[in-house]
Amino acid sequence: MTENEEYEIPARVIERPSWSTKETSEGAQEMILREDTAAKELGREAGAVLRLPEGPVLDLSQIDVDRPDDETMIINMGPQHPSTHGVLRLMLELDGEVILRTKTVIGYLHTGMEKTAEELTFVQGATNVTRMDYLSPMFNELVFALSTEALLGVEMPARATWIRMLMCELNRVSSHLMWMATNGMDLGSTSMMIFGFREREMILSFFEKTTGLRMNNNYIRPGGVAADLPDGWQDDIKVICETVLERTYEYDDLLTGQPIFRTRTEGVGGMTAEEALALGVTGPLLRSTGVPWDLRRAQPYLAYDELDFDVIVGTYGDNFDRYAIRLAEIRESIRMIRQIADMMPSGDFRVQDPKVTPPPRGRIDSSMEALIHHFKIFTEGFKVPEGEVYVPIESPRGELGCYMVSDGSAKPYRMHIRGPCFVNLQCLPLLLRGGLISDAVSCISSVDPVMGEVDR
Amino acid sequence: MSAEVIQLSGVPTTQGVGVDKIAFPSREAYVSLVDSLRSGGFEMCVDLCAVDFQTHSGRTLPDAVAPERFEVVVNLLSLSTKRRVRVRVQVPESDPTLPTLFDIYPGTEAMEREVFDLMGIQFNGHPDLTRILMPEDWEGHPLRKDFASGRVPVQFKEAPGPR
Repeated sequence: MTENEEYEIPARVIERPSWSTKETSEGAQEMILREDTAAKELGREAGAVLRLPEGPVLDLSQIDVDRPDDETMIINMGPQHPSTHGVLRLMLELDGEVILRTKTVIGYLHTGMEKTAEELTFVQGATNVTRMDYLSPMFNELVFALSTEALLGVEMPARATWIRMLMCELNRVSSHLMWMATNGMDLGSTSMMIFGFREREMILSFFEKTTGLRMNNNYIRPGGVAADLPDGWQDDIKVICETVLERTYEYDDLLTGQPIFRTRTEGVGGMTAEEALALGVTGPLLRSTGVPWDLRRAQPYLAYDELDFDVIVGTYGDNFDRYAIRLAEIRESIRMIRQIADMMPSGDFRVQDPKVTPPPRGRIDSSMEALIHHFKIFTEGFKVPEGEVYVPIESPRGELGCYMVSDGSAKPYRMHIRGPCFVNLQCLPLLLRGGLISDAVSCISSVDPVMGEVDR
Repeated sequence: MSAEVIQLSGVPTTQGVGVDKIAFPSREAYVSLVDSLRSGGFEMCVDLCAVDFQTHSGRTLPDAVAPERFEVVVNLLSLSTKRRVRVRVQVPESDPTLPTLFDIYPGTEAMEREVFDLMGIQFNGHPDLTRILMPEDWEGHPLRKDFASGRVPVQFKEAPGPR
């Protein structure tokens, strides 16, 4: 461009809406100006989210619809903000430092995994779902495997069930440790971040030893688990349990009693049990409001009814309760892991059905039948009877469900994952309303969103 | 309502694995059925999703239910009685609309947006029925069976076009 030439403004910049820019615009998905928002919608932000049959009726006169726009400011947080745990984008309407309205804009990590699942066989499917909630991959695999097995109608050997429980509880500890780390980071405690990652690494090393991978393990598959536990696993589990349990008391010293941490979490982001139930919130968020709902206890799956453990509940439903619940759940999980290690039965680690389970490598060279089964399973997959099923399990973030429809072929006709984070995110406008913008980070963290699962 | 009997007032039902009842209401009876279940102790709407049965029309349904292309599946949970109920509504291709459950369960807000976005079913009365996962200018509804993956050029904002 020479100096004389006038710089030509691209057309899209001229078309830019007054309240947004086209480059980042998601149009109608974004928060719109107060004057353009219906009073009913504003009322939803004002805590009238809950139009329960017996609940208070929304009083439209209480809503400040006529507030001039120059008094408030809509700012954008994310999707690249370090404390939004990935690519969560929040649009906040602020009055000074007080948050009036919040809108979450999601979908930046949407990769169409439910569509992909329709193209993959049941054998391949576990590889797909394990990438959803990347902090607790075992749970995704488990819910996929359980729903496939419910349609197949196969009975798991006891050892497969108990190995699944062991890996899931280890994964719950690692997921909560990761949450402790990021929560500490969000609130300015970098030591907590380093500690959390350090302890989590022990568990991931055990996963690597057992499954071959640290994350996205593809270990729990329809029909059992991929491999038996490695030799000397009891010793590894013993070391993990001892170390992590000891370190949780160090976290107590570092955070639980620390005045700055308590001030930043106590009474921040409160929620009542009615609000949580109406919004479909599950997991530690629901338990923090005092509802003792844990699927491991309420509707036991695997063999959780044979274990002795406590369901941790909070009282106030604030950020500190959610922190305390997750810390206590680490200890409960370690208690469960110790019981599982003691009670681990011997036997097969996968179902001995040649139509579902591939034959061991050694038999392929000697048996024609085994070779055919191996070839069939890895090219066609196994056929699953027609039907539909919804299987829920308790993931570290809440109820993880899988709704699966089969048309009798080797691929799921429809596979829908009910992600706990996707639903739990809906309580964020409620938690943030009336709070300070500096508390927003603390609230986002306490919801523990994993965007891989939110967007799927 | 007693904990033993789930009142489903003349709606065809079946049994299922891990669920107490599967109800098949008509579109007209859908909201009133869910409302009566809500007041009957089902405090939480756990999940709402949709299935496109375009290429699988011969599925098993009760005799009184005529199969349609779409089916919206709602999973309800009662925490007090530890029960689950599934509601499956048939939605025709010619008029893919359904009343919203937002007024009964506010937690269905995001789920209905997801079904609208990916399956193209309109929820009448929803406060903010916009796309949630796909970009705003995306054309079509990806989870429909006739939206085959791999057959359409990937759309992105300001992409130079098909190569």
